[in-house]
Amino acid sequence: MADPMRIRAQAAGSKINVRVLMSHEMESGQRKDVNGAPIPAWHIQEVSATHNGVEVLNAEWGPGVSKNPYLQFTVKNGKAGDKINVTWKDNKGESRTDEATVS
Amino acid sequence: MSTAIFSRSAWLVVAMCGAGAVWAQKTASDSIAEYRAMLQDGNPADLFEAKGEDLWKQARGPKKVTLEQCDLGKGPGVVNGVWVELPRYFTDTQQVQDLESRLLTCMETLQGFDAPTIRNTPYGKGEQANITALATWVASQSKGMAFKLPQAHAEEKRLFELGRQLFYYRAGSHDFSCATCHGQDNKRIRLQDLPNLTTNAGAGLGFGAWPAYRVSNGQMWGMQLRLNDCYRQQRFPYAQFGAEAGIALSVFIGVTARGVETTAPSIRR
Amino acid sequence: MKKITTTVICICALGGMVLPAMSQSEPADAALQNTLNASFRAEGQAGMDRLLQDDANRLCSQADASGKALSDEDAERIRQSSFKAIAWPTDGQFFGDYKLGEKLAQDGRGKTWSDKPGSENGGNCYNCHQISKTEIAYGTLGPSLYNYGKLRGISDVNSVTAKPIIDYTWGKLWNPRAYNACSSMPRFGHNSLLTQAQLKHLMSLLLDPQSPVNQ
Repeated sequence: MADPMRIRAQAAGSKINVRVLMSHEMESGQRKDVNGAPIPAWHIQEVSATHNGVEVLNAEWGPGVSKNPYLQFTVKNGKAGDKINVTWKDNKGESRTDEATVS
Repeated sequence: MSTAIFSRSAWLVVAMCGAGAVWAQKTASDSIAEYRAMLQDGNPADLFEAKGEDLWKQARGPKKVTLEQCDLGKGPGVVNGVWVELPRYFTDTQQVQDLESRLLTCMETLQGFDAPTIRNTPYGKGEQANITALATWVASQSKGMAFKLPQAHAEEKRLFELGRQLFYYRAGSHDFSCATCHGQDNKRIRLQDLPNLTTNAGAGLGFGAWPAYRVSNGQMWGMQLRLNDCYRQQRFPYAQFGAEAGIALSVFIGVTARGVETTAPSIRR
Repeated sequence: MKKITTTVICICALGGMVLPAMSQSEPADAALQNTLNASFRAEGQAGMDRLLQDDANRLCSQADASGKALSDEDAERIRQSSFKAIAWPTDGQFFGDYKLGEKLAQDGRGKTWSDKPGSENGGNCYNCHQISKTEIAYGTLGPSLYNYGKLRGISDVNSVTAKPIIDYTWGKLWNPRAYNACSSMPRFGHNSLLTQAQLKHLMSLLLDPQSPVNQ
């Protein structure tokens, strides 16, 4: 079970500013270990976010994204108390969803 | 006419080159400053903080007990404000201890973990990774507070003096001491600014930054690992976890930092 | 060889005055040694002998820690013994390839417990010095070496007038303590950090009029 994401969602006027820190190794697959053997790719491939159950963001990530990725986005027409859900899926089939309440 | 145009173009080209050279210099260090500013938001240290808080409250180890009775210097279970008073003397172990070695003491006495094994576990692995997460969380509970390491006990005073001697101790194949890099103002290695750890401001900057998330390798480093890696680069042998030399240096630098606000857990190159 | 003899005579003339016997510096602190021995362990190529201090390091560390500058006698003795131990090029040739010198100056590897034992070391020069104009990632712990040869008027490294600078530069790289008793700079030759061949590449980097350093 992967480590939880840290999600901060704050209402600013009618918008919601969302900041997400994801815990993931994000191995690009290009690196080699001390013996010269390639370290297998292990990284998030898909990220999606919902606002009160409605999908507002969908992203495809490649090996260029760094370890412990930081994602920031703004949702229109939201208010305090709304629910923001973020889900990531990686190339090994692992997945993680976390929820935050807009403050 | 063509001569005039050529001259003007040439002047423009020259001016841009001149400006370009200046611009290039400014942009290099400015860009780095901008990059560092951008890093402040979304510090992955937050992930380690969250993990550390969970570990503190989780019943673990052979004794299946939480760390909630751990005494970090201000009484069992008190976490608020302990970071800025460490290292300090502990009567139960009769030693001056820093945060990481004290966490290990609690893991041993409260939870039944085997301390020698953990001491020899490489950083970032097994229970060492958990100590780092715990230290990150505990440090975060003193955010905004100023360092006020105690110097009342004889052992605390002894370690301060020992730390000072160690700070200036030149050895290794390269004849480096801590002071070689950290003993003057406004110096840098490559493009990495070096805090002068012998001044109040510099010590505050340096000591107050760790635990820190290191962007260059995506790792969370506590002060023990920071010192271990300094010694590695000084071409010294391996500085052991929680040993007296590292604690003494922490006392020396931490006491010198008295009055400066902590910024841990921070983000670094 | 004539050049070396001349230099030695000069030093001897200076040393003609009787130096006092080894001045009374404090013995290496036993408590400090105990702490060091208990706090470190051997790892990789870094053995516990790395914790030992020679006279030069002991005296310079004590001066730093006490805030009391090194005595003139101690400083002179460190400089003299350092200078006497300098090994000059065995084939009398001081120069190599400045391109390899630049590579060495960029390379900070070697001698740590995580470095492969027996591998060649780098000079690590850019950590502390500005050297060529194009490399902006340079440190400021040491003075800038940009235009090193040019500033010293070296247009022909084989000329007689260049000799003192060539000797000084080699000597400084071999053991900086020969000129500055408590120099922070590592002793690249004296402590076998770099080979004679590697030092020659650095000499070219600094002194060859064609080197990027002197453009």
